[in-house]
Amino acid sequence: MSAVVAEHDDHHDHSPAKGLLRWVITTNHKDIGTLYLLFALTMFFVGGAMAMVIRAELFEPGMQFVNPQFFNSMTTMHALVMVFGAVMPAFVGLANWMIPMMIGAPDMALPRMNNMSFWMLVAGVLLLASTLFMEGGAPASGWTLYPPLVLQTGKALPFAIFSVHLLGISSIMGAINIIATIFNMRAPGMTLMKMPMFVWTWLITAFLLIAIMPVFAGAVTMLLTDKFFHTSFFDAAGGGDPVLYQHIFWFFGHPEVYVMILPTFGVASTIIPVFARKPLFGYSSMVYATAAIAFLSFIVWAHHMFTVGMPIAGELYFMYATMLIAIPTGVKVFNWTATMWKGSMTFETPMLFSIAFVVLFTMGGFTGLMMAVAPVDFQYHDTYFIVAHFHYTLVPASVFILMAAGYFWLPKWTGHMYDERIGRLHFWLSVISVNILFFPQHFLGLAGMPRRIPDYAVQFADWNMISSIGGFIFGASQLLFLYIVINTIKGGTGEKVTAEVWEDAAKHSLEWTLPSPPPYHTFTTPPTVIPTEHI
Amino acid sequence: MKKTKQLFAGLILMALGLGTAQAEYTLNLMKGVTKVSNDIYDLHMLVLWICVFIGVGVFGTMFYSIYHHRKSRGHKAEQFHENTTVEIIWTIIPTLILIGMAIPATKAMIELDDVQESEMSIKVTGHQWKWEYEYLDNGIHFFSSLDEASNKVRQVGSGMDPRSVPHYLLNVDKPLVIPTKKKIRFVFTSADVIHSWWVPDLGWKKDTNPGFINESWTSVDEPGTYRGQCTELCGKDHGFMPIVVIAMNEPDYNAWVDQQKAAVAAETGSASKQWTNEELIAKGKTVYETSCASCHMPDGTGLAGTFPALKASPVVTGDINAQVKLVFEGKGMMPAFGKMLSAVDFAAVVTYTRNSLGNSVGDSIQPSAIQALQSGTPAADKNE
Repeated sequence: MSAVVAEHDDHHDHSPAKGLLRWVITTNHKDIGTLYLLFALTMFFVGGAMAMVIRAELFEPGMQFVNPQFFNSMTTMHALVMVFGAVMPAFVGLANWMIPMMIGAPDMALPRMNNMSFWMLVAGVLLLASTLFMEGGAPASGWTLYPPLVLQTGKALPFAIFSVHLLGISSIMGAINIIATIFNMRAPGMTLMKMPMFVWTWLITAFLLIAIMPVFAGAVTMLLTDKFFHTSFFDAAGGGDPVLYQHIFWFFGHPEVYVMILPTFGVASTIIPVFARKPLFGYSSMVYATAAIAFLSFIVWAHHMFTVGMPIAGELYFMYATMLIAIPTGVKVFNWTATMWKGSMTFETPMLFSIAFVVLFTMGGFTGLMMAVAPVDFQYHDTYFIVAHFHYTLVPASVFILMAAGYFWLPKWTGHMYDERIGRLHFWLSVISVNILFFPQHFLGLAGMPRRIPDYAVQFADWNMISSIGGFIFGASQLLFLYIVINTIKGGTGEKVTAEVWEDAAKHSLEWTLPSPPPYHTFTTPPTVIPTEHI
Repeated sequence: MKKTKQLFAGLILMALGLGTAQAEYTLNLMKGVTKVSNDIYDLHMLVLWICVFIGVGVFGTMFYSIYHHRKSRGHKAEQFHENTTVEIIWTIIPTLILIGMAIPATKAMIELDDVQESEMSIKVTGHQWKWEYEYLDNGIHFFSSLDEASNKVRQVGSGMDPRSVPHYLLNVDKPLVIPTKKKIRFVFTSADVIHSWWVPDLGWKKDTNPGFINESWTSVDEPGTYRGQCTELCGKDHGFMPIVVIAMNEPDYNAWVDQQKAAVAAETGSASKQWTNEELIAKGKTVYETSCASCHMPDGTGLAGTFPALKASPVVTGDINAQVKLVFEGKGMMPAFGKMLSAVDFAAVVTYTRNSLGNSVGDSIQPSAIQALQSGTPAADKNE
């Protein structure tokens, strides 16, 4: 057997296929990582365009541009595209590029499945996008797809459900691949407790994905049978309960939001030590905190449903359990602060985005703590206060860290340096506008503006206009990022980048020991020295 | 640094709930007009200040470090990377703070949950897109929808200025009236999808789930008008089903109850008289605008794929009794209007659809016929 493999190897040069076909048939983790990242970036702009429609309609009171049904489709599709098309694929892209290089593996453990999971993602997102052009319009029930409302969707309903199935299968395959890679393909000496935090957080995230995606697939399948096959899972008239769907959905949905934030933590824990020129503070407590957050994510789901009518015991339990999340999350924030403490910091673009992440994510955490208090959530629930909260934990958190990761690793991936001046301009524009965009939404929610409404009472007009202006600036600023990415791929500043790119980065993680850009195949023989500076 | 200043300014503004030059809008949660809403407000402020306090500590440390421990100031990195004592401290202190928060939160939660010993009950039913109120003690029963002025202005491209409408989108045709200083129990359910009934001044919101009952309660001390909105996405006109609660002193409230009962008697009387086509069509136009136009569109052209057109519809231009039956019992997303409209309104709107919106069948149905249906013919009983 091994003789056959060896002979096979002799006849292959293992360079990428020529032309476009390379990208279709590739099984190379770097190529697939690139595909994921570019796809995610595209979807970031598609979802962003939908957000611009929303903010344009909300710029002033009165209905100016779209009808209410289409507005609801926009909020629904904006969320689905951003969650399933942009943020999740972007982190899978980072995982594909970085995990093998960080653990000293030649590729992902299951390269063909890797290719398949990417193309299934594309199919799923295209199917979802196609619903925009169907009779009755795209789903307009919010991304949570609550019945009975979602069952009023027109022709689009089964397509949206099948698209969720495809996205789920794609995510599960990606997660299996990541777990298999991390458990089986680490270089000798790369023990679990020496892995970079990014690898750790992804390992935990992958387990979350495997646990929750089938749950979501099950929930939407029940919607499908309720609609087309006369079941009554969620219909009281047949003995079902619409609130059952919410329990199932949020059993998926709460871990799902941590799927988007745990790898974010991992990247932040990777970038901050490099620019503080210090080891990460409390590596093992970071690992345990991540695992604790992941565990808690499974037992707090009904805090999304405090007003749905639960028994008092349920309300209290979910309130206490939710409050507990503040403890491991606090540990993380304190650790990042302690990592910066007495370091020797420089503030290149990736570090700027990472610091903004720590500050603004913490703001989102604070509002999260406020909402955990069930009786007060009776006021906050389903208002713009919630919109502000989760956008703070997603945009200046997950999205900022994705930007940081882009700036941090683009020189490694392309071998070219990005333009630091434009990078900083992009940072400052983003960080200021994102606060103009989302901070006033706290006020709106507290003052009584419900979420998911296309028009509002005039006392909400001023903050909505300010928020929209922030939104337009934020949206436009992201074109700078697009420019930087294209420009860097094409050659950037022309400056020759070293293998390390950032000062002493090779002490932190293995990818910096490889040339920039790394050859098509890396670590075909495992590395011998394991960096431990990040521990 | 600019960013942090801006953030802190915002946080502090939010914390103090400072009024600004334009006093129309607020920055902070409202205190509301009940004991519960005040407790909730206090709890909100407590947690907010805890967050501000922690935030100042953490961000202060971070920005001190960012300023002093930078390479450009020649700071050399130290290489420490763990400290068990510190890590234990910053795990235990947050735990204690959380316990401190949980105690008042639990008290407020238990108080909110206690619907015992209420003095009256009101049943609230959510509909796409209006509210139905039923006073379980005295039988008063009516629907409450967005007021006509807001409804005109909120149409896409109406070109009218929302600022010209008093209480734009927060006003209804018939408000809910409650007495002050009485413990009122609300029971919530829905006729179609999930809605949520929220009046911020009362301090809470509650979902209305089809097929299930939720409960909550309030007791308002001061007379006044309190406004709110549906807060659970319920379809196209989710943003257009406001809630208005008017709290009245006991005598005023009793007068209102008497007035409602008299109005119902008058309505029943007018249903038995013979109406002309013109009278029915004129009345039907206003009923159509409030009850039908949001789906079937003001000009009766519907919305392709979701809401059928009434213009030239085979149902509307066909047998009048078949149309009455469909409107009475509902079909799919079409609600059963038999129980929702008065006999006069029902007869008027059916007659209107047959003789307007581009249709000209020429016939009509009398309110008395609908009254007969409503008082229990087999057709109406089928759904029970």
